[in-house]
Amino acid sequence: MTESFGSVGDLRSALDAGQTSSRGLIEHALERAGAVGERLSVFVDLQNDQALAAADAADARRAAGETHSPLDGIPLVIKDNIVQQGERASCASRILEGYVSPFDSTVVAKLRAAGAVVIGRANMDEFAMGSSTENSAYGPTLNPWDLERSPGGSSGGSAAAVAADIVPLALGSDTGGSIRQPAAFCGVVGMKPTYGRVSRYGLVAFASSLDQIGPIGRSAADCAVLLDAISGHDPQDSTSLPEPALTTASTLTGDISGLTIGLPREYFEAEGADPAVLETVRTAASALEAGGAKLVEVDLPHARYAVAAYYLIATAEASSNLARFDGVRYGRRAEGVANLKELYERTRSEGFGDEVKRRILLGTYVLSAGYYEAYYRKAQKIRTLLRRDFDAAFAGCDVLLTPTTPETAFRLGEKTEDPLTMYLSDIYTVSANLAGLPGVSLPCGLAEGLPVGLQVLGRPMEDATVLRVADAYQRLADHHLARPGDLA
Amino acid sequence: MSRIAPEDAKRVAELARLRLDDAELPAMTAHLERILEYVDLLMEVDTRGVEPTAHAIPLATPTRKDEPTGELTPEQAIANAPAAEGTAFSVPKVFDDEAAG
Repeated sequence: MTESFGSVGDLRSALDAGQTSSRGLIEHALERAGAVGERLSVFVDLQNDQALAAADAADARRAAGETHSPLDGIPLVIKDNIVQQGERASCASRILEGYVSPFDSTVVAKLRAAGAVVIGRANMDEFAMGSSTENSAYGPTLNPWDLERSPGGSSGGSAAAVAADIVPLALGSDTGGSIRQPAAFCGVVGMKPTYGRVSRYGLVAFASSLDQIGPIGRSAADCAVLLDAISGHDPQDSTSLPEPALTTASTLTGDISGLTIGLPREYFEAEGADPAVLETVRTAASALEAGGAKLVEVDLPHARYAVAAYYLIATAEASSNLARFDGVRYGRRAEGVANLKELYERTRSEGFGDEVKRRILLGTYVLSAGYYEAYYRKAQKIRTLLRRDFDAAFAGCDVLLTPTTPETAFRLGEKTEDPLTMYLSDIYTVSANLAGLPGVSLPCGLAEGLPVGLQVLGRPMEDATVLRVADAYQRLADHHLARPGDLA
Repeated sequence: MSRIAPEDAKRVAELARLRLDDAELPAMTAHLERILEYVDLLMEVDTRGVEPTAHAIPLATPTRKDEPTGELTPEQAIANAPAAEGTAFSVPKVFDDEAAG
């Protein structure tokens, strides 16, 4: 079986009609994972035995008429920073070597209850710090569209797994674009929900005020099914919104008549953006206009400050969150140390990669005496101004339409020498995290053979609206059906 | 103007419980310098009177009853420890033998 997975709805129909079994789907996914996944370095861990057992249980439920959910028996992969009880979780870092989680993250508990089948753990930038999946202790994942290019990051393994048709769905996490940017580079759909929609319990923290887990899939409709399954209030996460689980999948009508779409002037005039990417995004905007939406230009006057504010806030939070990795309670511990301080220092220096060290140092610096006001506090004030920009823009439109990235997938190694050039690849995505907004990236065509990502941003809480616009676009255009060349 | 000297980077590394060896120090300092130079962009924005944002979507801190709810057992909590004695984490001395004299 080499044909690609259909939509989640099609898979469910095939399961219901007895044309396939969950075991068949999981065996197919594991076979692709072993062949294509291996070639692209998609996985840090495969869970063959557990997945096959879960598939058989799903088939037994179906036979008994006790199917749990639209995801029952459907294969998916999760990013290596989302914990599962009894399974390894490394965040693609040497410092978590050998760690086995004693508990389930809330999203994994919800997926188990829904009957979804995790087949493995996807590669990522170490601790989600990066935009290329090159900062992984396991080495980089390759982009299915061009094996010399990056799949983006930090959820590069998750996006590549969907793009390479190993699985129809994946979970990633997005702190500054880490779901949307790899989705754009790999030609798939990736969504960052409103901050607090999805519980962060069991997501290894990078920057707590910015991190969100979200779905990656072939279509907005598939992502909606997964988002609905993982969303909802969780008392285990003090930043979880006091809202019930979403029911977006049933609201994707394709109707965008009367909807106003804002095009942020600054995003289309950004220095260094590839004209071919901007043109492809403008063409997509015109298609939505032809489909009944109204286009207006809007201003986000502080857009050019977002990356600087983001890297100050994210690294400050990271320096605090990553203090827990000290070689005492879990993970790797340095050998032959004379005292406790040496244990901390050697464990952390041997265990963390260069980019993680760099961010811990930057975060520690901006929080240190004498610099706190000038850097960290300043960045938090800019964050307020960015939120106000969005409030003002959304007074005149329902969603914003932007490129997801300033360029298509870059070559492996192209940006590793200069961290700042890597950071600047996040210019269109970090603002949604700083402002807590929902955002989705979806494919809107190719530029020189590589996928271009279209980003739809919505008001906080309006996750359903951004998915509705993305789904409407996918009814008007079929760019999401484009596939990379044969990878077998 | 240099914003961060190699000795500053070393001091910050010690605060963060990281060790930078002499081979790593120049590149790390240069990277930090370049990033700090870039973020100076923020200084052109007048933020007088602007309140800082810590969380984009403000929520009151939720509270619950002060009762145990499904925490790990000591055995589970210790299971990942690199070194343990019974149900306690084991660590080296805070001071080494010479310093302790």
